[in-house]
Amino acid sequence: MREPRDQLLACIPRLRRYARALVGERAGADDLVQDTVERGWARLASWRGGSDMRAWLFSIMHNVHIDQVRRPLVPTESLSEATAMPTAPGSPSTGLELRDMETALRQLPDEQREILLLLALEEMSYDEVAHTLGVPVGTVMSRLSRAREKLRANMEGRPYAAALKVVK
Amino acid sequence: MNSQPVTEAELHAYVDGKLPAARCADVDAYLAQRPDEQERLRAYSAQNVELRALFDPVLDETVPGRLNVPKNSRWQWQRQRLVAGFAIALVSGSAGWLLHGPGDGAPQFAQDDAIRARPVLYASGLAHQAAIAHVVYSPEVRRPVEIGADQEEQLVAWLSKRLGSTIRPPRLGKLGYELIGGRLLPGAQGAVAQFMYHDASGQRLTLYVSTDQSHNKDTGFRFAQEGPVNVFYWIDGKFGYALSAGITKGELARVASAVYEQLENPS
Repeated sequence: MREPRDQLLACIPRLRRYARALVGERAGADDLVQDTVERGWARLASWRGGSDMRAWLFSIMHNVHIDQVRRPLVPTESLSEATAMPTAPGSPSTGLELRDMETALRQLPDEQREILLLLALEEMSYDEVAHTLGVPVGTVMSRLSRAREKLRANMEGRPYAAALKVVK
Repeated sequence: MNSQPVTEAELHAYVDGKLPAARCADVDAYLAQRPDEQERLRAYSAQNVELRALFDPVLDETVPGRLNVPKNSRWQWQRQRLVAGFAIALVSGSAGWLLHGPGDGAPQFAQDDAIRARPVLYASGLAHQAAIAHVVYSPEVRRPVEIGADQEEQLVAWLSKRLGSTIRPPRLGKLGYELIGGRLLPGAQGAVAQFMYHDASGQRLTLYVSTDQSHNKDTGFRFAQEGPVNVFYWIDGKFGYALSAGITKGELARVASAVYEQLENPS
């Protein structure tokens, strides 16, 4: 078993990747990582050795992020399903397509973006995602379903119609 | 096919490669008859791939030095210490550290109890501005305030008018601090009031009152240390208060809770 300090260190690149995708701009994302690492470091004693440090750190980051969103520097409006969104036009070129993905990703509510990213980037299991975010697995699945469909609609440049799919 | 109907959750698990192999065949059969669903899942899989393509390069970036794990707990303070040190060094050239105790040379940073009480980023701008205002005005010998305590009614009327809310300096005589007076300062978004007090030894304490904090949520007491200045600050509705002095955290906390109490229960 590696030292906790080394384990924490090893997680930083992944925390940065996730934070970048979650927040968007680099400085803000690194601030989020820094606050997460500081909090994690301060609470290292409460981490149960042997458990998955990555999941523990991502859960800390989730909480730090919530704190930041709740107390923003400037007034912000949180996005919901009802918020009208500009749509990104589709594009055949790969470079542009990726940029559209970034734009489309920004248009998802945080709670949906987090789930999508923990799955796509971290390849967590649904249980791990639920545990990290502190929500039931059923909620993870329904948010995931909305996130993917909304992202697809955004990428295709059409408005997202909340398709009512039964998630079991 | 005689198996259970395929659920939406299973389709996502299929996309994510988390569906048990035995069930994958059922989903394949389900999709074979539904080109629209096939297309939908193809798009979802593509999302995963594109997200990794977009953000995986971050993994290869050099991690900025500020994100490296601390070797000891003092690291927690470093980022703010740099900022605070810079701002205070900037004003200290003219202010001359009169509030610092005799015999002290370079500014002392971060005692251990202050390190752990690192303020959050959001409301900490208030503490920072208050500390700078304290460092700038409290050493002032001839004109520490614009209107003195001998004209308190005029001071209250003037500051209240400029801040757009009734602002009354708390009475701290029982704690040994008498009001010297107050002044108006520019804040981030408008006028800010500063009240100055001193004790029998000449130790000065300032209360910084801002009325443009409505974008921040209420906070409880928070503590910040900016160079040699200790600051307690809190936000109550649109009001932000920051009490600054070069006295110990414990002593300052005593005064801060008295200020808080008087503001909550004006007599």
